[in-house]
Amino acid sequence: MSEAYRAASTVTDPEMPMLTLADLGVLRDVALDGSTVVVTITPTYSGCPAMTAMRDDLVRTLRDEGFADVRVDVTLSPAWSTDWITVRGRRALAEHGLSVPGPAPRHQGPVALTLTPTRRDLRCPRCGSGAVRLTSEFGPTPCTALYRCTACLEPFEHVKEI
Amino acid sequence: MASTGTTDANDNPYEGLYGGDATHWAFGTAFADPLAGVVGPTGREVAVPDGVDARDLATYAVMLADDALVMSQRIAEWCSNAPDLEEDVALSNVALDLLGQARLLYTRAAAVDPDGVPPLPEGSPAPPEDAFAFFRDAAGFRNVHLAEVENGDFADAVVRILVFATWRLALTERLSESTDPILAAVAAKAVKELTYHRDYAGRWVVTLAGGTEESRRRVLAAWDRLWPLWPELGASHPVEERLARAGAGVDPAVVVASVDDVLRQVRDAAGMEEPEHRPAARPQGRDGRHTDALVPLLADMQSVARAHPTGRW
Repeated sequence: MSEAYRAASTVTDPEMPMLTLADLGVLRDVALDGSTVVVTITPTYSGCPAMTAMRDDLVRTLRDEGFADVRVDVTLSPAWSTDWITVRGRRALAEHGLSVPGPAPRHQGPVALTLTPTRRDLRCPRCGSGAVRLTSEFGPTPCTALYRCTACLEPFEHVKEI
Repeated sequence: MASTGTTDANDNPYEGLYGGDATHWAFGTAFADPLAGVVGPTGREVAVPDGVDARDLATYAVMLADDALVMSQRIAEWCSNAPDLEEDVALSNVALDLLGQARLLYTRAAAVDPDGVPPLPEGSPAPPEDAFAFFRDAAGFRNVHLAEVENGDFADAVVRILVFATWRLALTERLSESTDPILAAVAAKAVKELTYHRDYAGRWVVTLAGGTEESRRRVLAAWDRLWPLWPELGASHPVEERLARAGAGVDPAVVVASVDDVLRQVRDAAGMEEPEHRPAARPQGRDGRHTDALVPLLADMQSVARAHPTGRW
């Protein structure tokens, strides 16, 4: 079984290919059901358009490794959190110019309304400056926000905390 | 996307590039239902919870799905039309999250009450989520009016998203405790997404209200236009009441006070008064009664699926 896990954990995220699904925290389980390898994944966001590509990549990779019978299940609970991105995953994000998420917010009681821009203690992944400005809480993929460094003037993506 | 009929290298140059392997396309794969493998936290089959009527549960899931799908379609109409690229991306993200919620909820509805899935045209390979989205007419939709009315300007867009997201966030916070594990899981994910939607829209409302004379005039007009649609969101439908009593759903009446409170916070920050006109709370869309805006919205959204009833997507 560890062989199947090892094979599954080499599959990378279609949107952020510097990251494996295991390092992203999307790969939840690899188990055996009779002769079938059952891989369980969870979406980052409900509308994540990459789920089918992930499923296909997992099936193809495991078949190439000799596992003929592969099923991919999707589990929704517990909901994915950026806290599940591994240390190695965070390093890979940073090396590729993405800003890594801080701790995910935890709510006691109802979620409070926040009318001021989210304050994050970020540094520009290119030049290291702390003089960064939020451009938008929504980026080119559901899991990123857009920032701009006011020192080197380059834009960058921040993996936003959920 | 793969479409119906035969293709060859002459009419589809990509066939030659990829040797006929369509799996590199996000949705052009051999999986008829991209969410076929959705399982509960502890197993593959997720039964209807004790004391819950399966048909009610399915109807309730469709109500929440229809709100999300129709709202998503309206917001998606902003794509390439927003005031700037960042808002275009933001609105598309909001629409995508809602679309994802809708797909999961339709899939749940079909799983607990297969007889309730709308009939498909002969030979159609469409999964149940598509049957719900593309093969029902307006009277079969159970979304609230706020989700369906026409878009208006950008001020309308942010006021509408604010009211919708505040309400849906309040609902899903409670629904994450549902005795139905799938509804609970979909809701727990939705809470995280809707928190971003609500804050985004709230900030824009405050920004527009404190901007120029023109932006303030427009955001005030948007409140006046959309405010009469808010009471319907808090009106209890018998299905919602029964599901709430069984512990699987949320009666929207219980969130009205907390939603009003959040909307007041935004108006206070924006220096705005509560509009005077507040109609009585009565279910409308939940019973299939809709405004004239829904029919053209559906005609647009459903046209391709209906023109190619046996197509694979």
